[in-house]
Amino acid sequence: MTLVKTQYNRRSFLKVSVAAGGGMLIGFSWLTGCTSDKKIEKIAIPNEWFEINGYIKIGDTGLVTIYSPNPEIGQNVRTSMPMIVAEELDVDWNNVVVEQAPLNTGFYQNQFAGGSLSIRLSWNALRMAGATARRMLMEAAAKEWSVSVADLTVTKGIIKETNGERTVSYGKIASNAVGMEIPEEVELKEIKNFELIGTSKKNVDGKKIITGEPLFGLDFTREGMQLAMIQHPPAFGMKVKDFNEAEIKAMPGITDAFIIDTAIDEPDWNDEKGFLQQIAIVGDSTWQLMKAKKAIKANWETVSELESSEMHTIKLEQALASGSGTIEQARKDGNPEAAFKKAAKVIERTYTSPFMAHNTMEPMNFFANVTENSAELIGPTQMPEPLEKSVSKLLNMPIENITVNMTRMGGGFGRRLYVHYGLEAAIISKKTGTPVKLIYTREDDMTQGTYRPAYQATYKAGLDENNNLIAFSVKGAGLPEGPIFPNRFPAGTVENYSAEKIDTETNVTTGAWRAPRSHFTAGAEQSFLDEVAELAGKDPIDFRLELFDRAITNPVGEKNEYEAERYAGVLKLVKEKSNWGEKTPGVHRGVAAYFCHSTYVAEVVDLVLENGNPKVKKVWCAVDCGIVVNPDAAVNMIEGGVIDGIGHAMYSELTFNNGAPNESNFDRYQLIRHSQAPEEIEVFFVKNEIDPTGLGEPGLPPAVGALANAIYAATGQRLTQQPFAKYLKPEKIIG
Amino acid sequence: MPKYSLKINGEKRSVEVDSDTPLLWVLRDEIGLVGTKYGCGIGQCGSCTVHVDGSATRSCLLQVSQAEGVNITTIEGLSKDGDHPVQKAWLEHDVPQCGYCQAGQIMTAAALLKSNPNPSDKEIDATMSGNICRCGTYLRIKQAVKTASKL
Repeated sequence: MTLVKTQYNRRSFLKVSVAAGGGMLIGFSWLTGCTSDKKIEKIAIPNEWFEINGYIKIGDTGLVTIYSPNPEIGQNVRTSMPMIVAEELDVDWNNVVVEQAPLNTGFYQNQFAGGSLSIRLSWNALRMAGATARRMLMEAAAKEWSVSVADLTVTKGIIKETNGERTVSYGKIASNAVGMEIPEEVELKEIKNFELIGTSKKNVDGKKIITGEPLFGLDFTREGMQLAMIQHPPAFGMKVKDFNEAEIKAMPGITDAFIIDTAIDEPDWNDEKGFLQQIAIVGDSTWQLMKAKKAIKANWETVSELESSEMHTIKLEQALASGSGTIEQARKDGNPEAAFKKAAKVIERTYTSPFMAHNTMEPMNFFANVTENSAELIGPTQMPEPLEKSVSKLLNMPIENITVNMTRMGGGFGRRLYVHYGLEAAIISKKTGTPVKLIYTREDDMTQGTYRPAYQATYKAGLDENNNLIAFSVKGAGLPEGPIFPNRFPAGTVENYSAEKIDTETNVTTGAWRAPRSHFTAGAEQSFLDEVAELAGKDPIDFRLELFDRAITNPVGEKNEYEAERYAGVLKLVKEKSNWGEKTPGVHRGVAAYFCHSTYVAEVVDLVLENGNPKVKKVWCAVDCGIVVNPDAAVNMIEGGVIDGIGHAMYSELTFNNGAPNESNFDRYQLIRHSQAPEEIEVFFVKNEIDPTGLGEPGLPPAVGALANAIYAATGQRLTQQPFAKYLKPEKIIG
Repeated sequence: MPKYSLKINGEKRSVEVDSDTPLLWVLRDEIGLVGTKYGCGIGQCGSCTVHVDGSATRSCLLQVSQAEGVNITTIEGLSKDGDHPVQKAWLEHDVPQCGYCQAGQIMTAAALLKSNPNPSDKEIDATMSGNICRCGTYLRIKQAVKTASKL
């Protein structure tokens, strides 16, 4: 067993809550346990609950509530985080119910959803929460029976005397545990002894989702609540001057209309930088608000340049060519210039990718109830703590007077790291003096900004006469942030190496988008390496493995941000599982591997041509994310990442004309659909005992590269510009 | 405002709304059935799919004035205890990620299986392609439709 020091604030433990309906999240019903199997007899609803610590509440009947601290955006942490607690607590998963914890910065840490970090950052805290509670319950039983804790064992919530007959359930002893001294040290289970972690447990919200229960922010309602919508300027670079306020107010069902300002002092990275002044309209029904929105006649003034996609392309080209823009990060090993000069073969390619929208299926929305002394916010946010801070600044209200509760989210993908829509709801509620739910239309959502930046990057490689990689350089520009990770692969594998990250300016607002920058660099770098391997006359997997061998035996530089063995490990695994060497007539293959968000993923795409169109038949994935907490859900995450990656690389782009997005809904903005998805995805996990990392993002980036390489194998076309479907020339298909 | 009498999940419901109000917002704002989701408002994403006399219909495009005299079924009324074969198959394959689009996917799938109990892969693709899932659960959806066809 591993002994760990407990790190809790003692006062946060010793609370007994004697409540019949302890649901902290509105609309939560704790009548259903973590199983939907009716054959399993459910434990009776407790009369009394005993709060053991901030994660665990035990009912007198043995039902256990586990609070899931982090926001749920579809990454399934509402199942996997409580599983980790339940493992160490040693309780039957069928007797567990899960509740969403509210924002509580005094108790929980890292209550956010981003960077595939939920499990990685909370792994120890969750285990400790379970182990501490287990220890306290055992101590309570030991005291009751006047024996030592060493004489007791626990199985599935039943404490048993090792050399005796006595047993007691957690439910029966929980009240005694409440007054116990918090143990200074607790024992964590050996990883090999895990019984729950590593087994597939179904989504705890599955039944509610498939029966349409109100779970999402957009579903939230409250007595006396009004609805609100915003109208932002039609273009980036524009600002609202005034609008036909009286006319709008007079429309049926409209109770108020005004201009809001959500500018705050010292805005943080997740505060809105673009449309800070907007028109807000308030009313009783969504449809009447939508009609009133269409009737808005506003005067907008131009405050900065109205940009177009053509300008964006030129800006990026210039940044790469002349170094205009800011060089933010750089790395240089050896002497790349000299090495390119003496190289026997040199290859250079430039890759581009447009702006993209997040398009969470649930548009932005938030509930706010602001009174003179308090603000209550409920809704979909990946960042409850920064939301609370920004609302505090906006309303000039102490943070203690503000509460934030998180609903299940209809997708995040980084979009809900930005908190402006919560601020908009708060300022509208303050103005109307009523509870308000702000709703974005799809068009508001798609044209508001916070986009995935546009990118352009040039890769160059030099081979010697023996086809060894002797020089590699990459220079990437982004609007605004350059897509370069100077210390990632292939840094460390080549003697002469340089990387430059160039930032350029735009007034289009951007933000993190599922696997930020990695989704682009993986596609560009892995397509490029495919071409370099071809130039070297080497198999693309063998070529990469050669590079990893160098990084393992004699790495160049010291700052390399990856473990070469694990990187090579996923490539070897996908090579073996996909029978890489075997050729099937008509099936064309592409491979890619990428490391981001602490997880290693390699993918092989099998593609056929159907009537001249590429169709992905199968994707093979090898993943090293350390311990896999909930295997089937982990597979689901990787499947989703692959489909999302292929979809956006193939079809999606957001273009601009005079500062306004040309695509504002799904009629023009293309997302991947059923018939375009791969027919099969098979996922293999590397088995090890390394602390788990995240899976929300890492499955996506390699799919872009593997797809591009498979398209090349099928058609002879090296696609360097996204979306691929737009640049693929059907007449040139040779497959 | 005009009054409309609707038959939703076997119950008569009377609402007073503008005549051009889409059924989607009648369900969500007036009746409180929020399982039917808003995704695009223009019939492109399928999140708002309900059954009108058994056929999959985009409720964001159906005005309330056209919704009288038909039988409307929403996700809440698809089965009594969430035990419609499609719902059971969805749980078996643990389809959802974020879950937002799934009610629409389930309603589309249920209507498909009613009219075509053993659809081919191509038929499943063709019918389900009107429903977007940004999380990318398409493979599980297809597997679940196939499983449901055998239940």
